[in-house]
Amino acid sequence: MNHVSTQTIQDAREKAYATPLAELNPAQPAMFQANSFWPTFERLRREDPVHYTADSEFGPYWSITKYKDIMAVDTNHAVFSSEASLGGITIRDQRQNFPLPMFIAMDPPKHDAQRKVVSPIVAPDNLVKLEATIRERAEAIIGGLPRGEAFDWVDRVSIELTTQMLATLFDFPFQDRRKLTRWSDVATAVPGGGIVETEEQRQAELRQCAAYFLNLWNERINLDTPGNDLISMLCHSPVTRNMSPQEFLGNLILLIVGGNDTTRNSLTGGLYAFSQFPEQFAKLRANPALLDSAVPEIIRWQTPLAHMRRTALSDIEFGGRQIRAGDRVVMWYVSGNRDEEVIDRPNELIIDRPRARQHLSFGFGIHRCVGNRLAEMQLRIVWEEILKRGLEIEVLDEPTRVFSTFVKGYASMPVRIRT
Amino acid sequence: MPSITYIEHNGTKHTVDVPVGSSVMRGAVDNNIPGIDADCGGECACATCHVHVDAAWLAATGARTAQEETMLSFANGTEDDSRLSCQIDVTPALDGLIVRMPAGQH
Repeated sequence: MNHVSTQTIQDAREKAYATPLAELNPAQPAMFQANSFWPTFERLRREDPVHYTADSEFGPYWSITKYKDIMAVDTNHAVFSSEASLGGITIRDQRQNFPLPMFIAMDPPKHDAQRKVVSPIVAPDNLVKLEATIRERAEAIIGGLPRGEAFDWVDRVSIELTTQMLATLFDFPFQDRRKLTRWSDVATAVPGGGIVETEEQRQAELRQCAAYFLNLWNERINLDTPGNDLISMLCHSPVTRNMSPQEFLGNLILLIVGGNDTTRNSLTGGLYAFSQFPEQFAKLRANPALLDSAVPEIIRWQTPLAHMRRTALSDIEFGGRQIRAGDRVVMWYVSGNRDEEVIDRPNELIIDRPRARQHLSFGFGIHRCVGNRLAEMQLRIVWEEILKRGLEIEVLDEPTRVFSTFVKGYASMPVRIRT
Repeated sequence: MPSITYIEHNGTKHTVDVPVGSSVMRGAVDNNIPGIDADCGGECACATCHVHVDAAWLAATGARTAQEETMLSFANGTEDDSRLSCQIDVTPALDGLIVRMPAGQH
């Protein structure tokens, strides 16, 4: 198996420690794609946990790298704003010529009102209804996988299952569902990074997305009995009924990316993690009840979104450093989830960790992931179906990772089911 | 030690002794009582330790904090008797407290 070579990791570590502290810049998409960013965060956590990078392709920014500091920023929305017009929730500022307001990138009170429109879709009673559908699909997808031959896990399993789920949540035409996958990829794409060539192409494709969904909206807005899907919820609530076209598109993208990319990459990340820690899979096979903690542990270990960004609304002394109003503040969940002070042996996947649920991958505070329990349910069901069939899935090569400092994910991963 | 009764959504009762100075959330987690997830570990940052406080105990458990109020507003099935159990400190006055768990923790 061609794992990231020890040499690559050693080189990355040497480079991270040889660079003057002030010049450390973890926000490099190429480092995320090469999976070589870890030592930079390891050093920052020890030597400069609240770190200022004066110069990067995204502009100057603060890095928050320790678990407890991230918790403090995430729960202090009065100082650390998510507002789109200030830049939004990713290190890359929202494009001023193509603003996409969405509730994750809003502050109270508007955030609160819009979030509450869609949150019933993942309420406990609805999750019970969705479980049977997910089970049926997971059975079909896992049951239909080839045996003894190589295939791409990302495409055949991770994308397929999460895209089917997303189509259901939107009541989206099922045969067109891969459009959702495409729009999800395009929305978070870095131009030139392999998904889209230019920012113009990105925006043009997102406008197609808006047009497609506008048709669905128009079909549903005048129905007397609103359907139990996200579009119907949005068009029948007085809070969101009169959204501007950009706000409609913004919220769609939020729901598409939030409901797709993250679960997709945790599905792949889990299998990859088990290939690195096979004794953990053996433990799970011997005791499938451990899925209760294995699922959150996989989500911690993967951390499908590497960061969330805030903008300081006022001057604040934080971790001994002076953050100024207007500063870009990046909470590196991927680093906090490896914080040795809070998580024992954090680089290892340990499926029976005590307190496995205490991780940063969903964020904390008012913007905490609304679909977290749906995501966990999808992961649990996939692993139950794998275990039930006694499948041994071999990862044949290193996965191809995504060129992004935001989406920490996989473009492909070749695997084979042993016969 | 004050005795606290946790009633799962399906009606299963668990009565345990919880040390003074702990929290109602901690009492459930430390005794492996299902139905309280406590994802944030007691930081009032997630609303996954949501409980309904028995009517007789509402006054004794006190009022919600502002942050608790905000987090509860995003939880499912929040009622007047809803609290985040990590925000209820265990005191001798809470001996006999009864709390009920919601259908799920988000």
